[in-house]
Amino acid sequence: MSAHTSSPEVTFQPEHSGGTKKIWKIFWVLSALTIIELALGYFLYAKSESLGYPAIISTKIVIGLLTLAKAYYIVSVFMHLGDEVRNLIMTIVVPLILFVWFIIAFLADGESWKNLRNTNAGSKPDATKQVAPAAVNHGDKK
Amino acid sequence: MSTTTIPAGTKWWSGGKSPFNASYGKVMMWYFLMSDAFTFGAFLISYGTIRFSVNHWADPNQVFNAFPFAGHANLPLAFVSLMTFILIFSSVTMVLAVHEGHKMNRKGVEKYMILTIIGGIGFLSCQAWEWTHMITGDHKVLVDGVIEEWGTTVTKNPWGPAVPVETLTQMGLSASEHINTPGPIAFGGYFFGITGFHGFHVFSGVIINIIMYIKTKLGHFDQRGHYEMIEKAGLYWHFVDLVWVFVFLCFYLV
Repeated sequence: MSAHTSSPEVTFQPEHSGGTKKIWKIFWVLSALTIIELALGYFLYAKSESLGYPAIISTKIVIGLLTLAKAYYIVSVFMHLGDEVRNLIMTIVVPLILFVWFIIAFLADGESWKNLRNTNAGSKPDATKQVAPAAVNHGDKK
Repeated sequence: MSTTTIPAGTKWWSGGKSPFNASYGKVMMWYFLMSDAFTFGAFLISYGTIRFSVNHWADPNQVFNAFPFAGHANLPLAFVSLMTFILIFSSVTMVLAVHEGHKMNRKGVEKYMILTIIGGIGFLSCQAWEWTHMITGDHKVLVDGVIEEWGTTVTKNPWGPAVPVETLTQMGLSASEHINTPGPIAFGGYFFGITGFHGFHVFSGVIINIIMYIKTKLGHFDQRGHYEMIEKAGLYWHFVDLVWVFVFLCFYLV
């Protein structure tokens, strides 16, 4: 579109095709994703008493995946990263893959601290997991 | 991904042209944003680690259930949805401003920059209200057998587990009374720290956008022959929206 070269090192201008139609389309996509997230969040709130742990955690994972979809649309369309050359895309996206490991490692670490604290580093039963085995554990020597 | 065909035989690495086909300023803006993403990511992961390491965390639906002028109505998620939509919408007006810039349409850029600035100020006003509401709120907390009224600050968290009904009746209180015990102190620090750091990004984004608006108005970009500065400011502004998507997820939704 732009007939003007912004700086001499730029070889060609990426084509800004699609006009404003694509922008508005992405706006509606982002709004729809947000509304679905809010509906799921409200579902968690309304059903917090009756839902089991697997249902809660899987709903939260779905909300997280919808967030990643929103992030993809913002970065690739609004920030036009999708229109850049592959080299640039890769130097930005590849380092961010580190986050996958950060999230797994640090959340597992947090969970581990909790267990260590609750069990006094494994020397006593976990009082917070007071389902039925609380009475059984009484008989245990441990 | 790239729909534009790269001229065959282009020697990208022999100097004189950018191998990324982008100006220095734009490439550096991308790398700044990448490093900023690591900063925010580190904050959010630290928050997640601490949240996973304690037995009880504040329930966002309980903490963020207020709306301006709605009194004590219980409206979970409502106000933060408004903030989210304000920010998404200001992101759209920003990308429209960039679009007008490609077409060298100064009036269009001015119009959409104004709308983006209004959106940013709207978001900051919402955040100011939310913080004030949280800090000045009074929630009953049972501390060492005494009922105190706490707001949420970096040293006080009134959102711990609820006092059991037996304790309430022992104290001669009605069983329907909502009294909590103090919660993990980290909650306020993380909430105000991360939303504050994000809010500061929004604030500086608004300042940058105002400067861009003034430069557009003065015709600087027309003289220069391109509106690339609007694009770079736009990248920063979209990043602010992007971070909010994750703050919204971590603090309000899950």
